[in-house]
Amino acid sequence: MSTRIATGGRLLNKSNAVSFSFNGKQLRGYEGDTLASALLANDQMLVGRSFKYHRPRGIVAAGPEEPNALMNLGRGGRFEPNQRATTTELFDGLDATSQNHWPSLEFDMGAINKHLSRFLPAGFYYKMFIHPRPFWKHVYEPIIRHSAGLGKAPKEQDADSYEHFHAFCDVLIIGGGVAGLEAARTAARAGAKVILLEQTAHWGGRAAVDGGAVEEASVTSHIDGLVSELSAMENVQMRTRVMGAGVYDHGYVLGYEHLTDHAPGAQGPRHRLWRIRAGHIITATGAIERPLSFAGNDIPGVMLAAAVRDYLVNFGVSVGDRTVVVTNNDDAYRTAIAVTEAGLNVPAILDARVLPEDSTLMARAKELGIRVLMGHAVSSVTGGKRVTAVNVCSQAGEGAVLETIDCDAVAMSGGWSPVVHLWSHCGGKLVWDARLATFRPDVNHPPIGADGHGFVTAAGAAAGFFSLDDILHDAHAAADGVVTTLGFKLPVDVVSPNAERQEETPLAPVWMMPHGANVKLREKTWLDYQNDVKVSDVRLAAQEGFVSVEHTKRYTTLGMATDQGKLSNINGLATLAGALDADIPTVGTTTFRPPYHPISMGAIGGEARGDVFQPLRRTPMHDWHAANGAEWEPVGHWRRPYSYNRPGETTHDAVMREVTNTRTNMGLLDASTLGKIIVKGPDAGKFLDMLYTNMMSSLKPGKCRYGLMCSENGFLIDDGVVARIDDDTFLCHTTTGGADRIHQHMEEWLQTEWWDWQVYVANVTEQYAQIAVVGPNARKCLEKLGGMDVSKDALGFMEWVDGELGGFKCRIYRISFSGELSYEIAVDAGVGQAFWDALMVAGNDLGVMPYGTECLHILRAEKGFIMIGDETDGTVIPQDLGLNWAISKKKEDYLGKRAQQRSHMVDPTRWKLVGLETTDGSTLPDGAYAVGEGVNENDQSNMIGRVTSTYHSPTLGKGIAMGLVLNGPDRMGEVLEFPGTDGKIYHAKIVDPVFYDKEGEKQNV
Amino acid sequence: MLILTCPNCGITAEETEFHAGGEAHLTRHGPGASDDDFEKYLFMRENPKGVHFERWRHVYGCGKWFHAARDTTTLEIFGTYTAQTSTVPQDIIDKITDRRPDWQPPETA
Amino acid sequence: MSEPISALQGATYTQGIAEITALDPIGMISLRGDLTASYLKKPVKKITGVAMPEVRGINLDAGKGVAWMSPDELLLIGPYADVATNLETLHKAIGSNHALAVNVSDARAVFRVSGVHTREVLAKLAPVDTSRDAFAPGTIRRTRLAQVPAAFWMIDDDTAELVCFRSVAQYVFDLLKTAAQPGSEVNYHRG
Repeated sequence: MSTRIATGGRLLNKSNAVSFSFNGKQLRGYEGDTLASALLANDQMLVGRSFKYHRPRGIVAAGPEEPNALMNLGRGGRFEPNQRATTTELFDGLDATSQNHWPSLEFDMGAINKHLSRFLPAGFYYKMFIHPRPFWKHVYEPIIRHSAGLGKAPKEQDADSYEHFHAFCDVLIIGGGVAGLEAARTAARAGAKVILLEQTAHWGGRAAVDGGAVEEASVTSHIDGLVSELSAMENVQMRTRVMGAGVYDHGYVLGYEHLTDHAPGAQGPRHRLWRIRAGHIITATGAIERPLSFAGNDIPGVMLAAAVRDYLVNFGVSVGDRTVVVTNNDDAYRTAIAVTEAGLNVPAILDARVLPEDSTLMARAKELGIRVLMGHAVSSVTGGKRVTAVNVCSQAGEGAVLETIDCDAVAMSGGWSPVVHLWSHCGGKLVWDARLATFRPDVNHPPIGADGHGFVTAAGAAAGFFSLDDILHDAHAAADGVVTTLGFKLPVDVVSPNAERQEETPLAPVWMMPHGANVKLREKTWLDYQNDVKVSDVRLAAQEGFVSVEHTKRYTTLGMATDQGKLSNINGLATLAGALDADIPTVGTTTFRPPYHPISMGAIGGEARGDVFQPLRRTPMHDWHAANGAEWEPVGHWRRPYSYNRPGETTHDAVMREVTNTRTNMGLLDASTLGKIIVKGPDAGKFLDMLYTNMMSSLKPGKCRYGLMCSENGFLIDDGVVARIDDDTFLCHTTTGGADRIHQHMEEWLQTEWWDWQVYVANVTEQYAQIAVVGPNARKCLEKLGGMDVSKDALGFMEWVDGELGGFKCRIYRISFSGELSYEIAVDAGVGQAFWDALMVAGNDLGVMPYGTECLHILRAEKGFIMIGDETDGTVIPQDLGLNWAISKKKEDYLGKRAQQRSHMVDPTRWKLVGLETTDGSTLPDGAYAVGEGVNENDQSNMIGRVTSTYHSPTLGKGIAMGLVLNGPDRMGEVLEFPGTDGKIYHAKIVDPVFYDKEGEKQNV
Repeated sequence: MLILTCPNCGITAEETEFHAGGEAHLTRHGPGASDDDFEKYLFMRENPKGVHFERWRHVYGCGKWFHAARDTTTLEIFGTYTAQTSTVPQDIIDKITDRRPDWQPPETA
Repeated sequence: MSEPISALQGATYTQGIAEITALDPIGMISLRGDLTASYLKKPVKKITGVAMPEVRGINLDAGKGVAWMSPDELLLIGPYADVATNLETLHKAIGSNHALAVNVSDARAVFRVSGVHTREVLAKLAPVDTSRDAFAPGTIRRTRLAQVPAAFWMIDDDTAELVCFRSVAQYVFDLLKTAAQPGSEVNYHRG
């Protein structure tokens, strides 16, 4: 069994015991524990079930490479699935449950799959569920969906907050082990601005566990010295609990910081996403130990040798009383030695190698009385939910059992793989290192930065240096090289420290144990623990013709679990290479993609949630609208009142009331969102002639003109009223959604095409609160306010004038989008609310009511005015809308003119704008299509038109609509059929689109 | 995510401050142009693997347009330069040939 | 005529790691033209009392000043009440020359962020190096604040002023509050 021992536990604060729960059981641990170490201390080796066969799964590793110990953490708004126990710091009250089992961890129905495993090989799902076809949707998928997935998705809104932080530095060092610390010291002493990130809560990485001496002192005191030296330097930022998650183009790195995961209840955000831009990145990310491929290597109790050592040294946890060590390298001997020195038993070290002489570590193990069996291997491990014994065989053979050793833990080591993920994220290439039997960064092919040179350097174990002395020298040299290219100079007294050298005998690559393992053994030999991919699956894939490692990955799901193959990658592709009889480097690796380790969705979103999920734009009168029943309509990022609902009134009733009132009395519309762009300069008229389809240069100061804007492709993009302020100056109104877009459109043409034209533009949309005073009583209302002359003679239709009303400095445009007598009045935004209030008071006896966007739409539709976005959809030209009157014939050129001359633009069969009136007075469904005779080549009914705007008009007491119809203007009076999505067929007559006051008498009074 | 230096305000900023505006140095064809010329102007774009000239706008900064010479595969930025030109300036061409000796300037440039 | 009000009418937030204040209306004039021309330089000096800023510079003195916005644009800052007179001064000096001066005072919202964590609060929202060596008083940075355009400058080492569009004043205030929430110190830009 696994337990806490009396000695060791350098990371624990034993004076602070904490309690936590696992699957409802109350357990105890210490401050400094990880959830994994605390579980092991409580003999909880079984922590989950595998994905496909629901096999019992135990803790394998001690870091982020852990494939099995995935937990649901927390409850309610703080519930989160798939959290790794090995990277979760323990705290008092931590609440963890295991996942992927039913009904319980100990007894799982899904485990029946393991008895079916012979029938569930790689690609099983693809092969099995393809026939009969309809079964997929109705039978297979629902069942598979039910059983698939690891943890459950949270049901409640996340109770925590998150944030981003932008940081900039010369050198970013990822990894706070001895290599990272040494690189940081070197870079910092050269004067570079340095950020050093460490994913755990501790500096020094593995060195403290592995031991050794630097310049005559212990490695731990060397680490302490480096940390205090760096902490005192102003140009160094040191951060623990920040993982380098991804390396991206041009030196961009995401760092993932845990702020309150280990300290629940603390104030502030839970995670912070560091968005770092570095001149150069040093990846000092260390290495990950590889498992060995032998039968039963997934049984709980089989662990990585270094993890066994980590739990012992860092957390004072023994994973078993009798631990068999199986290895192909020297490093695992450190585990055997540490375990023995802790007073526990190592019955044997099974070393797959046959060596002529003992290395230092071997000799030390033998001195301690440990039995070392050279050339030996594991034939199979026995046990169910826990290892019970190891069957020993010769590595060279086929697995004949030579002896059986009882044990409750197996520490395995297949060698070490540099963590190359961050090096590779942005295109860094790898080389195969036959000596280490691993891929390592190819220094000749780093990721390329903005200047065309490499911007990532790997250092220490991440570069393939595994001895302390080599690691320190490499880290120093790497940092020296980096700062030199950045233009810093290292002081001559800053040299690399020397570490005590410990000679190690090279490993022997072992991809299958024993070498000649038969099918029966291979079917029990796991490569990917989480996704249940076995050696036999990869070989089957090869047999079925999968030669690309990327295809094999997807076919077998090898490395596709949440650990992204950190343990399985090299073993898997070595197995594939073996099956294909190819070299490992020829087979290559799959692509390393960020993040290195999963990061929270909250961290990605940062501050953008709740109130600040998206900017909402508010007009100066926003609060008044909100207080007066506004039903909001989003228009771009703006919120505009759709209608002002009175108590007890439906939205529809409110709209009808607003239309009727505006036509009979008067209404106020908040038109502040309409774009207002000043265009000024000697060439302003010429410029606007190019932008609008009609002539603007001929407009007289004091006058207004409606204009259309098209893209170079000929399609309508905006419309609005242009006012000429003086000879040099125009004010262009745009649609609400068009203000920023059209301003940018103008700047683009001025800066990139007509840069010699003398024109300046300024977007003054938000400078003004603009209020439309509309209706027969509009003039009376303004006269009541008092001030400037607003009579017909002083301010005629389509004129503007500056003046003062009720003490407010204002500019009045006599323009109408409703067909009524209408004044659009602009005042400074800062007095917008006060002016609105004054109009409401002045209009009190005149029947004033505010009206919203839906009323505006009905008013304009009754008049047959088009709306950009309703009558246009990016494929409509002005000619389609009968707006030829607004297209200048005199102008040689305007944006879109050439496009509108193309054959399909002058095609007489283009659908054209008409009015539509239902025969029964009902309202046509929006977007409905008119069906014609016959069918098209796809056997669908031919369409001959569609509804672009449709409303119930309270003024006319019936449904009115506009639409684009084939040969529409020539078919007045014809009745078309519009099938609705409600199953009904609507009949509508083609009529003139102007339904109300055709002569325009009402607006021109 | 790229970093670009706006030649108008001198700021080096990340891509989120900028807006990409497609291929640079197009010649506008208006009324009177042939269908072929107009089609080329409006729709036909280079899609080179390697050196490319692009329009960018410093939309969240000074608001100005500029041009960038960039390698579309390595993402190396050879340089940025004014938008008020219809040809690639010589110093940019020199920078590119310095890094890509085999590269030939486009005929239109 | 009523007194003009700012979008948030002096809203403040004092519970966080930095203090956020929505400032009362400030006079702002956007001026476009040839920045080297004397018909611009002279009235700008007369109105603001400060020297023309360098590229990306902002010169402020006692609430009056001028910021470099782009190669052909300045932002004149001063008392709200002076805007009309200042515009007149500008128009007179510009005469028939090609330049554009417009009042944008009401189109903007201005915030002050103060306290030792000011630089951090900005760096949470803008992709900008706000460290002391990279961003000192006298420089204006036009950038984005989360999802909207904004510009900010340091008044002193620990105080920033920030301008954005009026319509998004509430969004920007909420953003700054979020970025300044209690317990969110980064302790990155230490002195």
